[in-house]
Amino acid sequence: MTLGLWAFAHHLHLLRRLLAFNVLGSGIFLLLAGLAGTAREVQGLILVGLVVALVGSVLGAVLLRRLHALDGRVTLGDGPEASP
Amino acid sequence: MLPLLLVGVPLPLTTLWLLSRLPAGGAFAGSWAPGGLSLHWRLDGLAGLLLLLTQLVLLASATYAVGHRRDAALTERAFAGFWPLLGGLAAALGVIWVAADLLTLYLALELMGLTAVGMMLLPGKPEALAAGMRYLLYALVGSLAWLLGVALLLGAWGALSLAELGSVARPDAATRIAMALLAAGLLLKAAIFPLHGWLVPVHASAWTPVSALHGALVVKASFFILLLLWRLLLPEVVVAAWGLGLLGAGAVLWGGLQAWRADTLKQVVSWSTLGQLGYLMLAFPLLAGASASVAALAWQATWLQLAGHALAKAAMFMAAGNLMFSTGASRLEELAGASRRLPLALMTFGIAAVTLMGLPPSAGFTAKWLLLQASLTSGQWLWAAVLALGTLLTAAYVFRALRRSLSWREAPRREFQALPRGTDLVPLLLALAAVGLGLVAEWPLGLLRGGHAMSAAFFPVATLATSLLAAAIIFPAAGACLPRPHRTQPRCGPGQAGSGGLDGLGAQPGS
Repeated sequence: MTLGLWAFAHHLHLLRRLLAFNVLGSGIFLLLAGLAGTAREVQGLILVGLVVALVGSVLGAVLLRRLHALDGRVTLGDGPEASP
Repeated sequence: MLPLLLVGVPLPLTTLWLLSRLPAGGAFAGSWAPGGLSLHWRLDGLAGLLLLLTQLVLLASATYAVGHRRDAALTERAFAGFWPLLGGLAAALGVIWVAADLLTLYLALELMGLTAVGMMLLPGKPEALAAGMRYLLYALVGSLAWLLGVALLLGAWGALSLAELGSVARPDAATRIAMALLAAGLLLKAAIFPLHGWLVPVHASAWTPVSALHGALVVKASFFILLLLWRLLLPEVVVAAWGLGLLGAGAVLWGGLQAWRADTLKQVVSWSTLGQLGYLMLAFPLLAGASASVAALAWQATWLQLAGHALAKAAMFMAAGNLMFSTGASRLEELAGASRRLPLALMTFGIAAVTLMGLPPSAGFTAKWLLLQASLTSGQWLWAAVLALGTLLTAAYVFRALRRSLSWREAPRREFQALPRGTDLVPLLLALAAVGLGLVAEWPLGLLRGGHAMSAAFFPVATLATSLLAAAIIFPAAGACLPRPHRTQPRCGPGQAGSGGLDGLGAQPGS
């Protein structure tokens, strides 16, 4: 988790940020299962978390590709400024 | 527009009926157990009122969107994605108001966040995509913080339902750390003062109906959950509540200042969202550690402010969108002369601003009056000063925008584009509703005085479930049934900059 958090804050490249988010997420799921056992509610929480992480990562990757194709940027705030 | 109104109007009527069936000061509650899980819900006066507000703003935005479709800069294909996302947002918001356990709240919060990101991406321009990407990253990290907080709570107390947590959880170290994590995640999603970095760029490139929905409802849902959990888990921790109140004070001042300095009309409206959210945060110090009468005043003021702001801000975004659409300009200086050609849009902007400034008889006035009363009665003078300063700043930025639009001497000659039918009427109705809410505030405030929960009869339960489900289905269905729009001709004239190069970008990423 610490590694994921550090990577998220440190790297500007969006793909690395997405990967860092996934590392962070995996850490939290493990912690959740470890802390709270394997009750049905915990499984539900983790399942929702996994689906959200998946959808978020796919959406992020698609967005990144589109941004790269449109004006070649791979970081936020780089390239042409979004708004004055 | 007709199919949309036909299917949309029954929703608020159903909620009104449910509210009338609520026992005085009571609530319906129940649970549901799909596949061994136990999920809980409750419908009290507050949840019912927020549901009603949500349905009205959704209906208004959807109606506005029908007219907005005729904007020549929008592609048919991009707009097709709007309706399913609207349905998802409607369902998520409805579930958030009535959910009573952390799992359901998590599910609805994520659905809301992802549909909101998807809606923001619809314009397909690079700046919209970059802003949407930032929003997505912040929202994802926010949801991880929330999940970690839930994990700690579940590990410490072994309960997920709010009622159970409220009875077993004590404010010890684990609860405090968990609440801090939950608060961090929710503050990030609600764009409260230091964590607001994503809000303004996201609005700058979003479509008008999407901005209206987002500013009016989406950020409020995170605040609602935060206040609910705070009251449940840490009702007596004064220091942290003061910290949150100070964040709110910072938001009021910073948002007002930035709105005053902003260049474009849309930025003014987005920064003012930040400032107005700050008033809501003042509820935390006034609710914690204060006497019962002060807490009751602050409680009522908060929800009235939330409702008034939701209506007024939706109206303001739409009026600003109308002004920008018709003049083809987005910067404040370029609005000169708008008063002659667009008196209705400008008047709507002004009426919405009445609520934001808190002039009588609007809902904003009543809410700020109650807040002022609460802060003076409890001796917390700081918040009274914040209220006064915030009102002055609001007046400053509103009049700055209005002055530019009313000046006609330096007005350039330019083509004004006719507004699509209905798009000027919807925001006017919303703005008038925000003002009128101040006059009939006794009715919602009466419903807010909560009480004990009771299990509901079959009929109200079935109605509630149907209306939540229907909201998810009818908006996409009605959107699919709409006739193809008659496009207005692309504008040619000095105000052409800003219309998008949208064609040929391929499919829109949806969630």
